[in-house]
Amino acid sequence: MDNSLLSLLIWLPIFGGALVIWLGNERANTARWLSVSLSIVVFIMSLSLYTEFDSSTHLMQFEEKASWISQFDVYYHIGVDGISMPLIILTTFSSILVLIAGWEVIQTRPAHYMAAFLMMEGLIIGVFSALDGILFYAFWEASLIPMLLIIGVWGGDNRVYAAIKFFLYTFLGSVFMLVSLIYMYNKGGSFSILDMHNLSLSASEQAWIFWAFFMAFAVKVPMFPVHTWLPDAHVQAPTGGSVILAAIMLKMGGYGFFRFSLPITPDASLEFSEIVIILSLIAIVYIGFVALVQRDMKKLIAYSSISHMGFVTLGVFALFLAYTPGAAEGALLGLEGAMIQMISHGFISAAMFLVVGVLYDRLHSREISTYGGVINSMPKFTGFAVLFAMANAGLPGTSGFVGEFMVILGVMQANIWYAVLAGTTLIVGAAYTLWMVKRVFWGEVTNPAVSTLSDINAREFGILAILAVAVVAMGLYPQPVIDVMHVSIEHLLNQALTSKL
Amino acid sequence: MNNMYTFDTSTLWAALPEIFLLGAIVVVLLLDLFLTKPFKQATYYLMQISLFITGVMAFNLIDQPQTIIFSGSFILDNMASVFKVFMIGSTMVAMVYTRHYLIQHALFRGEYFVLVLLSVLGMMVMVSGYSLLTLYLGLEILSLSLYTLIAIARERAGAVEAALKYFVLGAIASGLLLYGMSMIYGISGSINITDIANFAANADLASRETLILNFGLVFLVIGIAFKLGAVPFHMWVPDVYQGAPTSVTLFLSTVPKVAAVAMLVRILVDGLGAMHAYWADLFMVLAVLSIALGSVVALMQTNIKRLLAYSTISHVGFIMLGFVTGVISGYGAAVFYVFVYILMSLAAFGIVILLNKKGFEADQISDFKGLSKHSPWFALMMLVVMLSMAGVPPFIGFYAKFFILQQVISAGFVTLAVVAVVFAVISAYYYLQIIKSMYFEESDKDITITAPMDMQLVLSINAVLILVVGIFPDFWIKLSLSLF
Repeated sequence: MDNSLLSLLIWLPIFGGALVIWLGNERANTARWLSVSLSIVVFIMSLSLYTEFDSSTHLMQFEEKASWISQFDVYYHIGVDGISMPLIILTTFSSILVLIAGWEVIQTRPAHYMAAFLMMEGLIIGVFSALDGILFYAFWEASLIPMLLIIGVWGGDNRVYAAIKFFLYTFLGSVFMLVSLIYMYNKGGSFSILDMHNLSLSASEQAWIFWAFFMAFAVKVPMFPVHTWLPDAHVQAPTGGSVILAAIMLKMGGYGFFRFSLPITPDASLEFSEIVIILSLIAIVYIGFVALVQRDMKKLIAYSSISHMGFVTLGVFALFLAYTPGAAEGALLGLEGAMIQMISHGFISAAMFLVVGVLYDRLHSREISTYGGVINSMPKFTGFAVLFAMANAGLPGTSGFVGEFMVILGVMQANIWYAVLAGTTLIVGAAYTLWMVKRVFWGEVTNPAVSTLSDINAREFGILAILAVAVVAMGLYPQPVIDVMHVSIEHLLNQALTSKL
Repeated sequence: MNNMYTFDTSTLWAALPEIFLLGAIVVVLLLDLFLTKPFKQATYYLMQISLFITGVMAFNLIDQPQTIIFSGSFILDNMASVFKVFMIGSTMVAMVYTRHYLIQHALFRGEYFVLVLLSVLGMMVMVSGYSLLTLYLGLEILSLSLYTLIAIARERAGAVEAALKYFVLGAIASGLLLYGMSMIYGISGSINITDIANFAANADLASRETLILNFGLVFLVIGIAFKLGAVPFHMWVPDVYQGAPTSVTLFLSTVPKVAAVAMLVRILVDGLGAMHAYWADLFMVLAVLSIALGSVVALMQTNIKRLLAYSTISHVGFIMLGFVTGVISGYGAAVFYVFVYILMSLAAFGIVILLNKKGFEADQISDFKGLSKHSPWFALMMLVVMLSMAGVPPFIGFYAKFFILQQVISAGFVTLAVVAVVFAVISAYYYLQIIKSMYFEESDKDITITAPMDMQLVLSINAVLILVVGIFPDFWIKLSLSLF
């Protein structure tokens, strides 16, 4: 087993990004080729995480550990388990799509654009593989910087506001995480996340730490009521930025709940699980209705993202209600459903934002009312768009269905009314997605510009086709993904249910 | 130590850097008188050479055993030597940046460099001062040189006003400091730090007889807070930073902070360490006020020098937090923060100076507009500096804040840490404003970098260090801790 595989996955894109910056915008084509081939290499390398993964253990694999800041026992300690490994592959996968999608579209400072995405890829892989609290925090915060620039430099008209709001919101959330990490270090003498899992904490300590982590992760997910930065950021970000934001950066929040909140503060998680569940349900139902009335396509998808991410937090925190001694299936279903939902949302939201991107590149409008009857001029494109819209609405046979269904099944064992509320998303989700499809793709051509649209070219076709395959494959046969995460999730469930008091 | 109060020439080696520098100042001053116009540049090089030699001398004294000479009023220890080397190094870097500015703004005069050398001498005396009198003398040498340096742009009303303001307020602060010193002397009977420390350690601090010690302490804290620029004694900072020529602001905002912290350590930690519980409370208030005011008021600034002044105030708050903890590792954290602050501040003002052109003072945030187009490299460097100041990892500023927070939390002040980080987030907003100007906005003016290569090179190294030391901070953290 190659021991420095994870390090390579982190640092290859980062140094590659530096190289691309050095190439500069004058040599844009070289920069493009270099970035895309680098991201493909990284993706192929990351696949060996999957092939060489031992899914029979919850222990960390591909571990690397070296002293970093000896004064505070901070280590460069990385490794993956069944929870983080799929997310890393999702990251490397989405990065390729984003870089290819930006190939022609980005004409201002193309090299810097590519470099920002490459660096962000490395940093996010770092987030998912860090096993040391400070290393995690460093990657977590550092990944904000490229995103800030991507939104601010290549974004829409109101990009400055969106970029700064995005940065400050997430920054505010995470500083509390830093304080609680330091608190636990002072108590337990170690910044290792795995040591923190075993650190015994009193009920009130757990409560404070839980809410500190909650601030960081809820902003990132984002949960109601701290979700307001997301629509702004999505609308203003360039297509690639939206894709990475929705497909990967939101998952960092969900991942945080898995890696920190549940194992470190199990008792507080239990105590406050009802609050989190209610917030998740508000996100699912209320934000679903908010999505319904949007006129801007990107905003609509952004709100639908919030609603779908509500399933992740719902599935995670429903485990406490769903669990009955001797029958852990409900709790397991919820947790695994949450994981599947994260991955599937990574595909679907990426696809939806790319679909909007295709339209935006042609007519430079995100308004639903600009379009109508797109099918007449772009039949191939409409085929893909409708497939992804169906997946977004949770049609069985697509990946969107699997995660939501598993979560609802899990929640059903907790409280039938919660399940009913969560189930409404299948109706509301279908309503806002299909209504948008109707207004954009079908019907009469009202705007003469629409009839002049040219259908997708080979590059766009390729990207959308890959995503379509992923969405359908996950929908029909999610078992391989469930298999790799199953043991880790079981272990996590044990940790979450074992009181530290 | 029996011979502590005797004067013995064989111990003079401990003050060798100071003695050499004093000689060099006289030589440079005299030479400058006789240099004709085409050779004026020589003064600059002579100054750099003198600084370099002094720095090497100070460096060679690192790891010498602690030595107290001149009847107990001058100390040589590791802290003194490391601080001196660091101050001289920073001054040399600051002067590389300064030269460009002085030529552009027709301020290139020999006296400028002589005054800088004098202020460095003052700071070295402060760092090594081990009696109240030596410390005060060092402080005055420094302050008087600085007042004059600011007024060197005598055609500019702003500069003269700044100098006058600094002088008047600085004189009040010196007065308060002296008043406090006199009280301490009155009750303890000595101006030597060693004697004061012994007296404070054995005194019954709660009794009425030693009440005067408390009074003296308060005045000393005020004097030190003034020199550091902590709220509510910060009034001079924004005006002086804005009014002074940028090259002087650069110098003023960086190196003297090391000396002020050294004076703080000598008086409060070495001298009145036994009274830590008394001054820590004062410091806590000063620190929280500084962090809060520095973060909030800066939000409204449009002038970058003024903005950086408020940012300095908030950094000073963090530095003071380190002293609240009352443990050696906390003081180490504060010293580490000082090192980091100077590294960042040098680069920040360096880039402000970089944008200067003949007859054009680039001191508005809007002057940074579109910098990322015209000079992607220095825009990136400024981005690094700003994010580092905001405390975003992986830049060095994060570790400085992290170290302070870790110490504060470990001392049991979790609430204090939370307050500090919330204001750190607020302050991130104005650092983002500068990033916004550079990256998100287009410029209507043409920005061409006219600075000489030596400045560009040093500045680049300075900014890259913020990242590199940020990734490998271990050495600096250990060094800071070893000084106590």
